[in-house]
Amino acid sequence: MSKKYDAIIIGGGHNGLINAAYLAKAGKKVLVLEKRHVLGGAAVSEEIHPGFTFSVCSYVVSLFRPHIIRELNLVRHGYNIIPMDASYQPLPDGDIGICKWGDASKTRREIARFSRKDSEVYGEFSKVMTHMAKLAKEVIDHPAPDVASINPKELSSLLRMGKVFKNLGPEMLHMNTKLLTMSSADFLDLWFESEILKGPMAVSGIIGTFLGVRSPGTAYVLLHHYMGELDGAFRSWGFSKGGTGGVSNACAGAAKSFGAEIRTNVNVSHVKIVNGKATGVILSNGDEIESKIVVSNLDPNRTYLKMIGEDNLSPDITTEIKRFKLRGSSGKVNFALSGVPNFCKKRDGLEFMKGDIAIVPNVDYVERAYDQAKYGEFSERPYINIVVPSLTDPTLAPPGKHVMSCFVQYAPFDIKEGPEYWPKLADKFGDAVQNTIKEYVPDIDSLVEHRQVVTPWDMQETFGLTEGNIFHGELTLEQLLFQRPISGYAKYKTPIRNLWMSGSGTHPGGGIMGSGGELSAKSILKEKAI
Amino acid sequence: MPIQTPFHPRTSKLNNALDWKDWAGYFAANSYNVVSDFEYYAFRHSAGLVDITPLFKYKVTGKDASMFLSRIMVKDITKLKLNQATYCCWCDDKGMVIDDGTVMYFVENEYFVTAADPSYSWFSRFVKNLDVQIEDITDSFCGLALQGPTSRDILKKICDADLDHLKFFWTTSAKADGFEFKISRTGYTGDLGYELWIKNEDALKLFDAVWNAGQDYNIRMSGIAALDIARIEAGLIMNGVDYHSSLYALIPEQMSTPYELGLGWTVNLDREPFIGQKALKAEKKNGSRWATVGLDINWPDLEELYKKHGLPPHTDAGAWRNSVPIYDRQNKTKQIGYATSGTWSPALKKNIALASIKIDYAKPGTEVYFEVTVEHHRELVRAIVGKPQFFNPERKRSILKK
Repeated sequence: MSKKYDAIIIGGGHNGLINAAYLAKAGKKVLVLEKRHVLGGAAVSEEIHPGFTFSVCSYVVSLFRPHIIRELNLVRHGYNIIPMDASYQPLPDGDIGICKWGDASKTRREIARFSRKDSEVYGEFSKVMTHMAKLAKEVIDHPAPDVASINPKELSSLLRMGKVFKNLGPEMLHMNTKLLTMSSADFLDLWFESEILKGPMAVSGIIGTFLGVRSPGTAYVLLHHYMGELDGAFRSWGFSKGGTGGVSNACAGAAKSFGAEIRTNVNVSHVKIVNGKATGVILSNGDEIESKIVVSNLDPNRTYLKMIGEDNLSPDITTEIKRFKLRGSSGKVNFALSGVPNFCKKRDGLEFMKGDIAIVPNVDYVERAYDQAKYGEFSERPYINIVVPSLTDPTLAPPGKHVMSCFVQYAPFDIKEGPEYWPKLADKFGDAVQNTIKEYVPDIDSLVEHRQVVTPWDMQETFGLTEGNIFHGELTLEQLLFQRPISGYAKYKTPIRNLWMSGSGTHPGGGIMGSGGELSAKSILKEKAI
Repeated sequence: MPIQTPFHPRTSKLNNALDWKDWAGYFAANSYNVVSDFEYYAFRHSAGLVDITPLFKYKVTGKDASMFLSRIMVKDITKLKLNQATYCCWCDDKGMVIDDGTVMYFVENEYFVTAADPSYSWFSRFVKNLDVQIEDITDSFCGLALQGPTSRDILKKICDADLDHLKFFWTTSAKADGFEFKISRTGYTGDLGYELWIKNEDALKLFDAVWNAGQDYNIRMSGIAALDIARIEAGLIMNGVDYHSSLYALIPEQMSTPYELGLGWTVNLDREPFIGQKALKAEKKNGSRWATVGLDINWPDLEELYKKHGLPPHTDAGAWRNSVPIYDRQNKTKQIGYATSGTWSPALKKNIALASIKIDYAKPGTEVYFEVTVEHHRELVRAIVGKPQFFNPERKRSILKK
């Protein structure tokens, strides 16, 4: 019997859309089903307040793979990234903290205000990280080989990776071991002395995890910041024009141009499984759509426990997937502002405001924020990563007005009253964020026209991110590579035949990269699954 | 020594990089900032402002002006409607291109012509007894190019012109607070954008109005370096870089015809005589020798070459303008053309170039070899031949619906 669709993709996030685009490009009949009225999943733009467009969840584009842009012709479909130049750390006493620029000399002088030694070490540090990142690139752009496998293909893939490893030389290999095992704060201590400088650097190791900057294993995420230089994207950290939904819309445009069909407002109840094989999906209204394969772009938890269901899983796998750590630790607060929130009146111009602004005056600050979270409270004084994208992309707000996006950590999903209590805490959480900002921008209250608080609970309920984990599962070493999401089913496959995965919960995971969607589709095509 | 444009009092204050170059005898900012890629991004994401005063500018008036220009240009200027503009080139008797520029029809019997090289003498020799006056207004009129997605919003704030309905390559007069100027929806970036023309006396008024209104729209000063990246992405050729004016070419090999430059679409062959018509007709019939193409240079190939040295891939930050050999894909020693300018395209994440290539290799999709130097070693990477226009967003031509 011939089926109408070769593949049904559950979830119209950017990875699902990219997956659809690659499959459709290969001539397959593809259907994407999105629960919400808008596409994009967590990479979504919505006009929350009239005239103001928010990147509701994910707010910057980092590490989006440049070959995907080329292969899917995304620019033709509106892919448009505006790079960020500065990254700036305001200090509560009104002084200017570290300010990093594309201009290396300018950055060196900024750092020298706190430590002359650090200002010079910074270049050496960058060099080492660039070497390390070469390895990371090798890892990101290929499905992760399984070290436990004796399949010759796996071995040759391991060998290829091993060669890159070997070429690093002993010095770099030792460094690599440190990078993989140390905490981000400790790793930075090897190089730098200024606690102020280390604040914003260290936090990049903990974003989206329920760990602190002094928790072991957080150092390697620092690499992500050096990846952009390597992959031919050059300045890969940036804003998507029109918000991060712009990326998703471009991916959708590409998918459609290759013939994929995309439906919104369609809620999939579960995958139809017959004799251990996926044969299509059952919608929440009871309708059934058949397909040769199904690709779940949902997180591992939802894919296994909702789409497949425990009845179709062995107890071992059920246990393992339940152990998969999600434990979201962050929230989002988005502001519509009547003017520019000036974080530093001591300097002329707003150039330094056009990048990202990190509220993390020193290392202790963020460790203290974590202390509160460990015992089920949100941080009174959280780490906040702020961007004002309307300074760069004026189309996001009416002239002279601005949108301010605040990524806030820690906001643990497992709040001590229980996660369902989050809606009652939303306002208090929003106030904590606004009050923290007030220490830097005293007139913030008078600028706020609208405030949208996205708690970890909202992320789960509205955006389908279980436990509010922005990466579909913590990006900690034990949940990466051939163990993402669980060992044995890391290569975009699941225990159910013809059911594949493509989301951030698969290798390499995290951020608006597109790799999950791409590598999953390429694996499906390579295996001739359809 | 170069002289200053009327905008210099403002542009010099904004030029943090102190990076000036000589453009046709004027000081022109090559870049305003040490890290200048944001000047390019302004063209694609908000608005970049470029001082284009150094362009040579001519006012051609008189009853016979349209007929006169039609004789010089490869395009039939008599077809140009009032307020319309057109891009074209002009040739010598042999059909070899002398220069390219824009002709704008501002007022009845009055045309405005821009050129890259001084052209007064060439134009003048065809006046004879026609009712035509040519005035060189290069030093009395100045120009600003405002290019990018927010350029329309900025202009709407400062003047009364109906910009929502002004089409691509049309012009209008505009009244602002205390001064008047001309707007043409033209540019050198391949994006939504305008060029603003004004007499020198009012230059700073225009500049201040645009600059102030632009603050809410992320306006930036953009230098020649940024413009170069944008124009290559848009596939727009440059006199003196991608081709040489036949007036200055020393040997025939340095000359090109409009067809060879990809400007065949500007040629109106079947009409009253114009300069170069006979030669161009013959070329049309017999075929061209060369073609101007775009090259999409294989990035993974380049990555692989750098990887051999243990290095991440590298490209220059800006555009380049040196000649690079191109070879046959089957025979690596057979040179079949040369790239004249190129850039890493930040928008497309592609390594691209404009090239002159033998006509047999000009078919889109043809694979050729492109020479690169990696860590002091000369190497070849693959490149795909295509149209010169790499980037062509809808907004370039879009008009706002009522």
